[in-house]
Amino acid sequence: MKPQPPRFADRLLRWFCAPHLLEEIQGDLHEEFAYQLGRVGLSAARRRYWRDVLGFVRPFSLRRPSKEETTTLMNPIMIRNYIKIAIRNLTKNRAYSVINIAGLAAGMGVALLIGLWVWDEISYSTNHEHYDRIAQVRQNQTFNGSVQTWTSMPYPMGQVLRSSYGSDFRRVVMSSWNEDHILSVNDRRLNKRGQFMESEAPEMLSLKMLRGSRDGLKDPRSILLSESTARSLFGDADPMGKLIRMDSRFALKVTGVYEDLPDNSAFSDVTYLAPWDLVFVFNDWLKKMEDPWGMNGFQVFVELADHVGLEQASARIRLAKRQHVEKDDLRFNPELFLHPMSRWYLYSEFENGVNTGGRIEFVWLFGIIGVFVLLLACINFMNLSTARSEKRGREVGIRKAVGSVRGQLIGQFFSESLLVVFIAFLLALLLVQLSLPAFNEVADKKMSIPWTSPWFWLLGLGFGLLTSLIAGSYPALYLSSFQPVKVLKGTFRVGRFASLPRKALVVVQFTVSVTLIIGTIIVYRQIQYAKNRPVGYDRDGLVMVRMTTKELHKHFDVVREELKKTGAVTEMAESEGPPTSVWSTNGSFSWKGKDPGLAVDFPNTGVSHDYGKTVGWEFKLGRDFSREFATDTAAFVVNEAAVKFMGLKKPVGEIIDWDGHPFRIIGVIRDMVVESPYEPVRPSLYCLAKPHDNFAIMRINPTVGTREALAKIGTVFKRYSPEAPFDYQFVDQEYGNKFGYEERIGRLTTFFAVLAIFISCLGLFGLASFVAEQRTREIGVRKVLGASLLNVWSLLSRDFVLLVAIAFVIAMPTAWYFLGTWLQKYTYRTEISWWIFAAAGFGAMALTLLTVSFQAIRAGMMNPVKSLRSE
Amino acid sequence: MKRSYLGEFEEIVLLTVAVLEGQAYGVAITHEIIEQTGRPVRLNQIHAALHRLEEKGMVSSEMGEPTAERGGRRKRLFQVTAYGRRTLVEIQEVRTSFWGRLGGLIHPATSL
Repeated sequence: MKPQPPRFADRLLRWFCAPHLLEEIQGDLHEEFAYQLGRVGLSAARRRYWRDVLGFVRPFSLRRPSKEETTTLMNPIMIRNYIKIAIRNLTKNRAYSVINIAGLAAGMGVALLIGLWVWDEISYSTNHEHYDRIAQVRQNQTFNGSVQTWTSMPYPMGQVLRSSYGSDFRRVVMSSWNEDHILSVNDRRLNKRGQFMESEAPEMLSLKMLRGSRDGLKDPRSILLSESTARSLFGDADPMGKLIRMDSRFALKVTGVYEDLPDNSAFSDVTYLAPWDLVFVFNDWLKKMEDPWGMNGFQVFVELADHVGLEQASARIRLAKRQHVEKDDLRFNPELFLHPMSRWYLYSEFENGVNTGGRIEFVWLFGIIGVFVLLLACINFMNLSTARSEKRGREVGIRKAVGSVRGQLIGQFFSESLLVVFIAFLLALLLVQLSLPAFNEVADKKMSIPWTSPWFWLLGLGFGLLTSLIAGSYPALYLSSFQPVKVLKGTFRVGRFASLPRKALVVVQFTVSVTLIIGTIIVYRQIQYAKNRPVGYDRDGLVMVRMTTKELHKHFDVVREELKKTGAVTEMAESEGPPTSVWSTNGSFSWKGKDPGLAVDFPNTGVSHDYGKTVGWEFKLGRDFSREFATDTAAFVVNEAAVKFMGLKKPVGEIIDWDGHPFRIIGVIRDMVVESPYEPVRPSLYCLAKPHDNFAIMRINPTVGTREALAKIGTVFKRYSPEAPFDYQFVDQEYGNKFGYEERIGRLTTFFAVLAIFISCLGLFGLASFVAEQRTREIGVRKVLGASLLNVWSLLSRDFVLLVAIAFVIAMPTAWYFLGTWLQKYTYRTEISWWIFAAAGFGAMALTLLTVSFQAIRAGMMNPVKSLRSE
Repeated sequence: MKRSYLGEFEEIVLLTVAVLEGQAYGVAITHEIIEQTGRPVRLNQIHAALHRLEEKGMVSSEMGEPTAERGGRRKRLFQVTAYGRRTLVEIQEVRTSFWGRLGGLIHPATSL
């Protein structure tokens, strides 16, 4: 036989070459081969053949002619037809359409809400022009081997940074904390929060000045007001140049008004700025301090110079404090670093000197939940469309028979899903608009839909398009692959595994839902657990008033007598800090048997004699402060944690040395939860020796109504301290605020869990009705043969129950893992007990059965005559 | 006048099709060009060029007779269309006119 060209090369050619060109090309190649065979011999000819074949891998020989040169895929007439058919389909199957659109709208609405929330979170503080150049100076200090990260700095820090590291920073601004002060104009008095900052602050924060200039703080007796503060003090009058009295101590001239900072800004609740030097006027002892480096009480903000990287500057200032502290404080090894503005809000937590995140975890958590909820809604859409594929199958068959190509059918199904998504998107916008006020309330935000922002629309549209692509992909690709002959002949049967993806999707849905149910239960259990913790005092009817002027303190005994006489309060006392937070800690304590190397920092609160009686201390040992013992001025009441920490066997009577002064322990109280209810109580001391003129604490007489009692207290307070507005806080409310964060998470997860379940059940309902419809004849036959309603019900429910059971099995370890990690954060935490899983599983199962049963019972009740006659 | 322009290689192929007078198909054209110009052309280049020429309307084609050495496959025979012919003439005229104006300034011997 004549030598043939390489067979594999031939096969390759057949594979890639366009069929209509194959004959001539292959013919030419073979002829050439025969020619070369005679010229150069077999092996060279074969080599040449290979080379020639590969040479034909070119666009002209690869390109297949398009079959429908006359019908373009995006023919406007056809598109109109698709939309018409889509609308007819939607109106014909109302139940399906409602389930589809409602589910999708809910999912998209949630995703939108979460999107807005995430956007709000990540754009925190971005209103400041120098956002990416501003940083705060922080310090890591080592106490007993663990590193603590502080924001507070000694006041000479700013000067040092300016003089020794000036080239790294464009601006260095010292600042006080955001403090309450009374601003008064004529007889109008307001308690407002503001900061004392150095004069470059307005420039650094790029405040938008409505009146005056950013130089306003250069005058040592000046004040810059936010727009809203100016309005509440002066109304519509021009405040420029007017005088404001602060804490009735000195007058400040208004030198500017700046536009209110947006709510999602680090400085949003700073309602005025006053010159930094006033800090020294208020606290005249600051300048007299022997070692100003030992007291950390202020904030330092910096703006980096151009071309200076944050890391470099941060590394350079590391030892700036260490060089100045006294020898004794060197053991704390203070190291400075810069925390950039972009991380203040979302990455605020430090553990052992390392930034461990913070709110960013919730941005991720809710972001993921949002994606999941949207996914659930898309799954519904896919499931319902494929479930109904057999009905649409006939339409696909006819379209194909009439001449549709697959591309057109894909286009049709995509345009259908696009239409549904479009309707759902409009509905979702409506839902978001309606639910935004409530959501803002829960999330503690002030968000609105940015209707005018092109970015929002662009994102919204992109997001809608993406949804319709995801939701429409399965039906579009699956339905369009039907073979017309089979479908039309009626021999088309979806195989046993056709419903497998559908089932998998249902499992995904219920896994997410069950996980969210378990999560919600555990979050609430944790909050409840902390709420039930014994707090060591009685919060009910306890009211505190911040004493901003010292008038009340001067007349405190008279005020107390007078108020007790009116019957409004049963007892009242003064203290240095509120019962709901620690204002002051001290370190220089020693006691018998103390390890000399141990560094301590105990909350140490100055109180008046009646403090214990007022808040309701529970004494374990010893006694309360008493006026009968003059020596009680050198005495401590300590908590159980302190006794345990110091290792005292017989605490009462022991002496604690404080800066060389002996203090005797006279009583031990049950731990009072002052700080986080999730953390162990710190060893704390109470004494009469420290100034206690910051808070007046009163227990309202329970037999007198709260409102009446408050009115009486108000009048008495006004008489002795006419300058100060009567601002009071309920201790139980303040305490309750400690749960705000967890409660917010709890409410949000509840909200998402309910939605996830709602969407999943909608989908299940649709699927169940589809299955019932599909098996109408089977059920009819079964009934004729004697099946009971119960049989039919269990027949239809069994599959779904199985799916939910699988979902439950997957959800259980997932939830256990994630919530276990979450709970690890809390020292006082609830346990994840088995009944939570049982309850969640039972709940999910009950909901499933409820959803499915409606359809199952309806199918079971149907008259078999009717269902069998229909064919 | 709007007109498709021809690349140099396309022009050679078109000329070859014209020269072969009805017997022009892939292999024949390839061999003819190799013989006449010595250029190492390959079959796929010829096919691509013919494809382009056909798209431009310079050549037309029809399927011819099958032969044994082609494994019983037919060949595609090409002919120059009237448009192709006119294009060739125009190219020729343009060149002639330029050569005329050159007036023997370039001699083959010194052109390199």
